[in-house]
Parts: sequence; C-alpha cells; structure tokens
Amino acid sequence: MTGEESPILSAQGLSKFYGSRVACDNIDIEIYPGEVLAIAGESGSGKSTLLNLLSTQAEPSSGTLVYRGRDGSPIDLRTLPEARRRHLLRTEWGFVRQDARDGLRMNVSAGGNVGERLMAIGWRNYAAIREEASGWLQRVEIETGRIDDKPDVFSGGMRQRLQIARNMVTKPRLVFMDEPTGGLDVSVQARLLDLLRGLVAEHRLAAVIVTHDLAVARLLSHRISIMKDGQIVETGLTDQVLDDPAHPYSQLLVSSVLQV
Amino acid sequence: MNAAPEYNFAYLDEHTKRMIRRAILKAIAIPGYQVPFASREMPMPYGWGTGGVQVTAAILGRYDVLKVIDQGADDTTNAVSIRRFFQKTAGVRTTTRTEEASIIQTRHRIPEAPLKEGQVLVFQVPIPEPLRFLEPRETETRRMHALEDYGVMHVKLYEDIARHGQIATTYAYPVKVADRYVMDPSPTPKFDNPKMNDCPALQLFGAGREKRIYAVPPYTKVVSLDFEDHPFERTRVAGSCELCGSGGVFLDEIVTGDDGARIFVCSDTDHCANARDREAQ
Repeated sequence: MTGEESPILSAQGLSKFYGSRVACDNIDIEIYPGEVLAIAGESGSGKSTLLNLLSTQAEPSSGTLVYRGRDGSPIDLRTLPEARRRHLLRTEWGFVRQDARDGLRMNVSAGGNVGERLMAIGWRNYAAIREEASGWLQRVEIETGRIDDKPDVFSGGMRQRLQIARNMVTKPRLVFMDEPTGGLDVSVQARLLDLLRGLVAEHRLAAVIVTHDLAVARLLSHRISIMKDGQIVETGLTDQVLDDPAHPYSQLLVSSVLQV
Repeated sequence: MNAAPEYNFAYLDEHTKRMIRRAILKAIAIPGYQVPFASREMPMPYGWGTGGVQVTAAILGRYDVLKVIDQGADDTTNAVSIRRFFQKTAGVRTTTRTEEASIIQTRHRIPEAPLKEGQVLVFQVPIPEPLRFLEPRETETRRMHALEDYGVMHVKLYEDIARHGQIATTYAYPVKVADRYVMDPSPTPKFDNPKMNDCPALQLFGAGREKRIYAVPPYTKVVSLDFEDHPFERTRVAGSCELCGSGGVFLDEIVTGDDGARIFVCSDTDHCANARDREAQ
C-alpha cells in the first residue's frame, strides 16, 4: 500500500435505486493492490448492495466503476462485454459468499469444485487438475483424502474454506467476501480468519470484506468504511476508526460492541 | 380402405410444417445450436418421439422411403407404431433396410451400415440441453452457450473419473460440433459417437417436450469431449452376435430363460438380418 500505486478498483458516484428507495447513494471508493477494505454497518445499510455493485453482480443506477487489469490498463466495468466480464470473474476475481451453498456446487465433489475454474480456463489434463486441487485443499487445511467427498458432508467451516480454495485456485488479484465468517462458531471463525490473513499476505490479495462484525474488520482489514442508510459516513485506517471514531454513527456502532 | 384422405399429408398442417422447416434450416445453418420451435401436440405421449416425428413430418416427401428404429431395432413397439403412423397419414413407402431409406428416424442408435449422402437421420431427443446436469436455469444455459462458457461440461467428466476411475458416461456423451457448440447427441450410446463425425448424411434432432431442434450438417466435425490423460474411448464390445456372428457391433443382452441364461445379439436388427442372409447364400 504505497501512495504512488494506482487503485485496483475505483468507483465514483456509485448509486443504486430500487424504485424510489435508495440502496447506495453516490459512493466513492478505492481499493489498492494488497489492501483489505472492510465495509461495516448494520443490516439494511446497503453494504451487501455495494459489494454486488463493486463485483458487477448488480447493475448500478449511476456512477463509474473502473478496474485496473493485470497489465495495468484501466477497464471500464460498466461497458465491458459479458464474455470478458465473465473471464475476468473467473481469472482475476474471487467471490466468497456468506452461505457456502451459493458459492459451491453442492452436488460436485470438493476436487471438482476447486478444479472448475481451471477447466473453465482451458485445463484439460485430469491429473494436473487433481494435483492442483489437492494442493489447494491442503493449503486451506482440508485433508486431501476428502477430495472426492461432496460439500454437503462438510462442516460449515470446511465449506467456507473449500469456497476459498475454489476461488484462489486461479490466483485472483481481487476477492469480494460477503460476511465470510457469518454463521460459524467463534473457534472456527478464528481459524478461518487466520487462513484469510495468511492468503491475503502471501498473495498480495486485494479484498473487500462486508461484515457487521467489527472484530472481523479489526483482524483482517487495513481500512474500513462505515455505512449508514446507503452512504459511507466515515472511512479511514481500521484501528483509527475503531479506536477513535469521528462520525456519531461510527461512535454508536463501536460502542455497541459487547465487551467480554 | 384407405384412411389417408382424412389427414393432411404426414399429419401436420402445412403451416406447421413450414414453421418446423424454418427451424430446421436455422439449425443446419448453426450446427449444434438448439433452435426453439413451437412444438405441437402429437397423437402420442411425450417421450415416445414427438420431436422426431414432427421433424420427420416436416421433411417427408411423397417419394421418400422411411425407416424407423428404436434401440436399433425395426420391430419394437415404438418403431412399429411410428412407421404405421406415417404409412397411414402420408402413405409413404417404408423399409427396414438402412441402404434403401432416405429418412431414418431413430431412438438411441445410429445404424451399423454406413450412411450415405442424401440420407437424413432424425433423432428423438428427450433432454436437448447438455448443460442441464450442472445448471438448471434455462436463461443461464443459453447465456453459457452464447459465451462458449463450457467449463462445467468438464466438471461432469471430472466427477466421473474421480468416482469411477474413468469417464463412466456411456450414453448422451457430450460432443462439440464444428468447434463451437457443445451438444447432447441424445441418449445414443457413446459407441455411436464417432459415427457422427464427418458423416455424409444430414443429422437432425427433435425434442418435442423441450421444443428444440438442432442439427449436424453432412461432413461436420463432431468431437467427443475428454481429458488429455483420459481420452474418449469407444465402448468396446466383447464377443460377437449370437445370431449372425458379427463382431465389432453394438450388442443387446437378451435374457433367454428363468435360470438367468442370456445371449448377446445385434442391436441393429437390419444389420443382423443382412449378415444372416449373406451367410445363408
């Protein structure tokens, strides 16, 4: 995260209306290579909508969205043809969903889940695909002996780790995560957070993490944006915002966290 | 008594036939692409070949010679009733001999005798969408075809190898047509897949319930999907036909007694009869 680097993803004036309701209002956001940005806020504040807009899963009502590709050239995501958008999604981006069932193919084995992206970009050697898949299973701490098991016999934490392996196999540069630790018990959460921290550091991954859990934001993210009613009310270094929130809503949010 | 005048030629009205011909022409122009068409209610249940029958009805002419096979056989219920249907409604000549036929409607097999230029093979198709196994949404599968987004096809084959040590898909084995569209060759055994490649005859596929027509024009490249280290293999048929002695053909298993006795005979009855005729001479 040096000052001279240009952002990997930048959005300006991003808005999304559902009829007359405003889900995201005029949002400016920038994500730099190797940086983890957390988007925090209460339910209904528009953070998931923002994530969907940034990851082109939803069409914004207005605003610009520019991605800087591997070769450094800027790509206007709003005018990108569907075929290239999908290629980008498969090769340079990842998407970890809160419910692993949405991010995995539940009727396909763990190996098939991890190998799918490889096959989609043209890998046609079974042994090579399997080796790569088993390597990634190891890295996310799933025993390689379970490579042929389907995710429906996996625990919640394992499914989430499998989802991460499935996304990481094409070595993406930018990963979007929607409440990646939601619904997991705390010890499993801790293990997952550990894993994510390692991957982010090792692969110099840029990541956008949506969470309502400030502890997750504290552990994983470098910067944090606090959202309320479709607007970003405060952005800053995570420790700074969480230790010394400036906006009244951020102060409320931080003070609402139960202390153990 | 001749009942034919009660029906329009080949049962369907002329407007419907034109509509189906337009779909067929489009299908031939875009090999392997599934063309939607307004499938009609036919006087037979879905699953009995309503798609194939409509395609045949649309292309049938007075001087055509029709052959209908079901699992390779000319004498099973489905084949006999469809043949009778066109005898009654179109009064065309029918045959069981592959070489004599100008149109062959088939369920699940491609005849053993090599097909010639000028012949048309009409397949009855239950599920035309090869991506259906992994993607239930029709809107999404159509987009995947449009964008040549075929990674999931190999996921299916990968799963086969992971589970069975080999590609265990033995019928409806997916193919790529003319280097572009992935196509389900209908539930033909994969034994017949190589016959589709560079075939001199026109191959038409009709799915009545799913309302789709697709085609492989003569001399078109048809490649079965596979992995480098697990290449496509034609089913090896061990042994030869009990009746005619033919080897290297697709065999059916016939149970011959309550004690579990069984024999293997040609699935293609025309091929079997010809081989026996030749032997008798």
